[in-house]
Amino acid sequence: MAEPILALEGVCKAYGALAVSDDLSMAVARGTIHALIGPNGAGKTTLVGQIAGQIAPDAGTVWFDGRDITRVPVHARSHLGLARTFQITSVLPGFTVLENVAVAAQAHAGHSFRFLRPVAGERALNDRAMQALETVGLTARAPMPAGALSHGEKRQLEIAIALATGPKLLLLDEPMAGTGREETERLVATLQALRGSVTILLVEHDMQAVFALADRISVLDYGRVIAEGTPDAIRGNPEVRAAYLGEEDAA
Amino acid sequence: MIRAVPSRSPIPLMLLIAFLAVPAIAGASDTSFLIVMATRVMIFAIAALSLDLILGYGAMVSFGHAVFIGIGAYAVGIGAAHEIYDGLITFPIAILAAGLFALITGAICLRTRGVYFIMITLAFGQMAYFTASSLSAYGGDDGLTMWGRSEFFGVAVLNDPTVFYVVVLGCLVACWGFARALVSSRFGRVIRGVRENRVRMQAVGYDPYRYQLVAYGIAGMMAGLSGALLANHAEFVSPAYMSWQRSGELIIMVVLGGMGSLHGAVLGAVAYLVTEEVLSHYTEHWRVIFGPMLILIVIYARGGLSRLLDRTGSGADG
Ligand SMILES: Nc1ncnc2c1ncn2[C@@H]1O[C@H](COP(=O)(O)OP(=O)(O)OP(=O)(O)O)[C@@H](O)[C@H]1O
Ligand SMILES: [Mg+2]
Repeated sequence: MAEPILALEGVCKAYGALAVSDDLSMAVARGTIHALIGPNGAGKTTLVGQIAGQIAPDAGTVWFDGRDITRVPVHARSHLGLARTFQITSVLPGFTVLENVAVAAQAHAGHSFRFLRPVAGERALNDRAMQALETVGLTARAPMPAGALSHGEKRQLEIAIALATGPKLLLLDEPMAGTGREETERLVATLQALRGSVTILLVEHDMQAVFALADRISVLDYGRVIAEGTPDAIRGNPEVRAAYLGEEDAA
Repeated sequence: MIRAVPSRSPIPLMLLIAFLAVPAIAGASDTSFLIVMATRVMIFAIAALSLDLILGYGAMVSFGHAVFIGIGAYAVGIGAAHEIYDGLITFPIAILAAGLFALITGAICLRTRGVYFIMITLAFGQMAYFTASSLSAYGGDDGLTMWGRSEFFGVAVLNDPTVFYVVVLGCLVACWGFARALVSSRFGRVIRGVRENRVRMQAVGYDPYRYQLVAYGIAGMMAGLSGALLANHAEFVSPAYMSWQRSGELIIMVVLGGMGSLHGAVLGAVAYLVTEEVLSHYTEHWRVIFGPMLILIVIYARGGLSRLLDRTGSGADG
């Protein structure tokens, strides 16, 4: 098998006595959509934070694209090709939608120690931003302040911002949470379209979306990977049903 | 909410017209006091403008900004004490020394945030204040009197109040223009972005520290310029220039005028110093009156005087 784009080796993270990542190891293959599922509080967001760099693991190694990035700061990871969205929407509310995306493109297009030229007129950045907005279907909102978007639109904006950095690996933390049925379908289509051009690690509770999209699924419970495999294998796994899917089936 | 890039406001033009009118009015009524006072106001406006760059646009609440004024002033004052009156030497030194001090202290201060940042900038401010007080060779606590103003190309141009006024106005306009360009540039966008959401900016690939430090250095240089002008204006330098009260006054000017608009800081400096001048005519306890006024403005005019003016202006239009 080819070298995975992301590999976690024995990652540990504890908050007090609570082990949120418990000697966790997993790998994400290049070009795939890899879903990470698990019940509330399983440690999914904490894991995304350790991959993107906002949270430092207590022990273990994070490998990205053949490099040990465990001690690499967040901004430098972005330049290596890592991008994430946040479960709790995190945009620049006072910026326009376009500027939110353009500022992400700017970080990856030359340096930003330019002091005099008005940035709003930089065509290359705006074009790149509009392209990302088009991918998620937000072009009509470009001139609006980001703070004025609906919840679902902000979720899409998060993805556009991440895409504008030109990532190799996109970490999506519950992109569908709180969005309507229609928006979810749109998002599934968007991610389908991205398949192959960027590797995606998808944290999601919406099982329909997960089974529609994922090439592989890892199931997290109490900070451990309790199962991993193809969607069919996961669906049939009794341990997973007990820990997680059981609740859904019963409902 | 502070607008990302303020829409075009008539205030900068109104301020410019007012400043241009001062020499004419002063000339007609032969009140040199007016022109001297207005010069002082514009000098502080430059310092307030520089503070707005980091406070209003970068959310860096520096409680030691007056130190940069003090360093700029001492550069000119100490130069004068050694018979160096050439402004082409002392002004660049004033600006660079203040900028260097900003970079060195900023490198430490910017490792912290929020209240800690306020406290540590205050601490550096006090350190500089006591250092200046202990410079016995340069007057120590009592300050240092200059026996003349800076010269340019061998001419003491600043001795003429009107010429001095025009020079300061030129500096103010240049600083405003530069700051205006700065906040709309790539660099300014990063600074504004970090104010909006630091975590998000890191996630898309920026190291906020580097940008904030450079902004802090630029603001320090600008305040250093205002200090060099202030020393010439008063023909006197003293540690009081860097006191924490002075730093506090600069914050008040920026908040009073409206943070994050640049012209708001200028308006705030005008309003603060003119009010001080008028009220202190009636009572030495003028702060007792000024304090509540300030609170009312902060409560009822969010965005400060500049927002208030813009609103009444557009209200009259529509
Ligand atoms: N900074 C923190 N301090 C203390 N405990 C924390 C912290 N962050 C997370 N936790 C705890 O760690 C556990 C895992 O949290 P995490 O957010 O990673 O779960 P999750 O799998 O993303 O859950 P959800 O599906 O609800 O988003 C939870 O019990 C949470 O309360
Ligand atoms: Mg989560």
